[in-house]
Amino acid sequence: MLWRNIPIVLIVLPLFISSLTAVLKPAAARTLMLGVNALCVILSALLLYKTVSLGTAFAVKMGEVGAPFGNELYISSAEALTCLAFDLIELLSLTAAFRRADEEIHTNRRGLFFTVCSLLLAALNALTLTNDLFTGYVFIEITTIAAGALIFVRSREGALFASMRYMIMNLLGSGLFLLGLAVLYALTGQLLFPQMQEAVTLLEATGEYGVPLTASLLLLTLGLAIKSALYPFHTWLPNAYSLATPAASSLLSSLVSKAYIFLYIKLVLRGIGLKAYMSSGAGDVVFVYAAFAIVLGSVDAIREHNIRRMISYSSVAQIGYIFLAAAIGTVNGICACVFQMLAHSAAKAMLFPAADRLSEVSGGNENFRDLRGSGYRAPLAGAAFTVGAFSITGIPLLGGFSAKLFITEAAVYAGGLKLYAVLAALAASTVLNVVYFLRTVVTVYRKSAVFSDKADKTAHPLSAAALCVFILLNLMLGAGAGGIMNIIRNGIGFWTLGV
Amino acid sequence: MKALLADHMHESAAIILFCIGFTTLLLNKNLIKKIIGFSMMDNAIYLFLASYGYIGGRLSPIYINGDTNPEMYVNPLPAGLVLTGIVVSVSVSAIMLALTVRLYRHYHTLDIDEIAEIVREEGR
Repeated sequence: MLWRNIPIVLIVLPLFISSLTAVLKPAAARTLMLGVNALCVILSALLLYKTVSLGTAFAVKMGEVGAPFGNELYISSAEALTCLAFDLIELLSLTAAFRRADEEIHTNRRGLFFTVCSLLLAALNALTLTNDLFTGYVFIEITTIAAGALIFVRSREGALFASMRYMIMNLLGSGLFLLGLAVLYALTGQLLFPQMQEAVTLLEATGEYGVPLTASLLLLTLGLAIKSALYPFHTWLPNAYSLATPAASSLLSSLVSKAYIFLYIKLVLRGIGLKAYMSSGAGDVVFVYAAFAIVLGSVDAIREHNIRRMISYSSVAQIGYIFLAAAIGTVNGICACVFQMLAHSAAKAMLFPAADRLSEVSGGNENFRDLRGSGYRAPLAGAAFTVGAFSITGIPLLGGFSAKLFITEAAVYAGGLKLYAVLAALAASTVLNVVYFLRTVVTVYRKSAVFSDKADKTAHPLSAAALCVFILLNLMLGAGAGGIMNIIRNGIGFWTLGV
Repeated sequence: MKALLADHMHESAAIILFCIGFTTLLLNKNLIKKIIGFSMMDNAIYLFLASYGYIGGRLSPIYINGDTNPEMYVNPLPAGLVLTGIVVSVSVSAIMLALTVRLYRHYHTLDIDEIAEIVREEGR
């Protein structure tokens, strides 16, 4: 039964390492951090294997104290899978930008970069595994600190300011979240999700405190929506993602915002109950915002010529998909939401280092028109960019296509007005995605007279390997979509069973 | 309204303080004032948590004379949450202040709009 302690190790080990890396030399800090990250990948894979093969879900009580005073972690196959994906993508993002991190980060800060990364790893794992809303809040703040530091670690003009704007918006979000949490705790007297759901169901049945309950749900939703950059609150995002070092951009866009969303769906499904949440109206607010995000995020991306800002704006649209799936208001929708989260993480975390490598071999230009022929100078990065772009656009055999399929399927089962809204948003956004991603892919593979077909700097072998694994991961998410979806469905099935 | 303020004085005060802090963090141009707003916002929530965590006439949750009747004591959890929350917001304040110092050294101003202007011109 030793494996049941893995979840604690997944959180405590990176947390411990983060203070250790702060005093080590940069090279040692990197080795240690990457080693621990790889260990976390192995451990979460083991956790996934165990939860799937035994078909169980279990809670780890910290110090054997139960509700309402104790603190718990909860693990089903959905959590284990998300944890595995997060840890693997963090490892790959860090290795894919292996040399770039050295070039762009000042020597004094290089060790601290890995401190921040391991802090982020701990926070991501905790946000995924926690069964307690307040623990969620604490790790939200840790994630915010780590993410803010990831942006300003790069010694480039504007990165400091982008980091400041990021922090301000995120602190507004966590303030709202904390207020919502305080009100919800005042109403229910519980912080652990299952017990909280019982209390909310009771309140819902008696009709007492209807207004405060709705207010607290809206506050919690709004807080997490701001933090994960849902459409009208996304203004901090493009600068933050495009000015950070490529490894940091990958981590921010593919993991940080997803961890908040994972906490959000866990709160909705386990902490409040889908029915009570949807009847409060907060779900419909999210649905409308998400539909706007999908279309307007893509429009912004089309207007952008800087490749990294374009990818950043595409994140706005993709976050819209994720929230849209969650806000359909069915368990199917939530499962589709988790799958879309994984598919987008895998694709976006690959796009940033690939785009960076493409612009590196084009004389450091980030305007997509200047990338002509870069696909020949950096074949692997070109292939990775193409696969990522195809996945996000929704070409079959890749993760993004399956995700869109699952979202549509969930919408069809839900029916009603939402079905038409989902279909319209998906159709419009797919066309827009094709416009900006395919024009970039075509540009990348157009012969250029300016540059010779050979790159002056070869890619670091580890970065190349990471990009290969990324491509495989995206193909796997597409080809093995059915199996992966089953794991998610089984895991989320346990969420709704109650205590 | 009057009854609400009278019956729930601490909670009402907490929410008003939260709104002041939130608006300052969102709208004030001065970075230091933004950070003050942030502290005010978070502390308002701790006031809110602490005020309803206290029930008049009950004791702090420590056994006295072996009396285990739960009606004697208040719930220790809100106080625990407040303590944890304070630690979190202090560390966030610290990183915000450090960031402000670096921004000031680089741009020689604390006005966020002026910094935005300079960044935009540098970007061109």
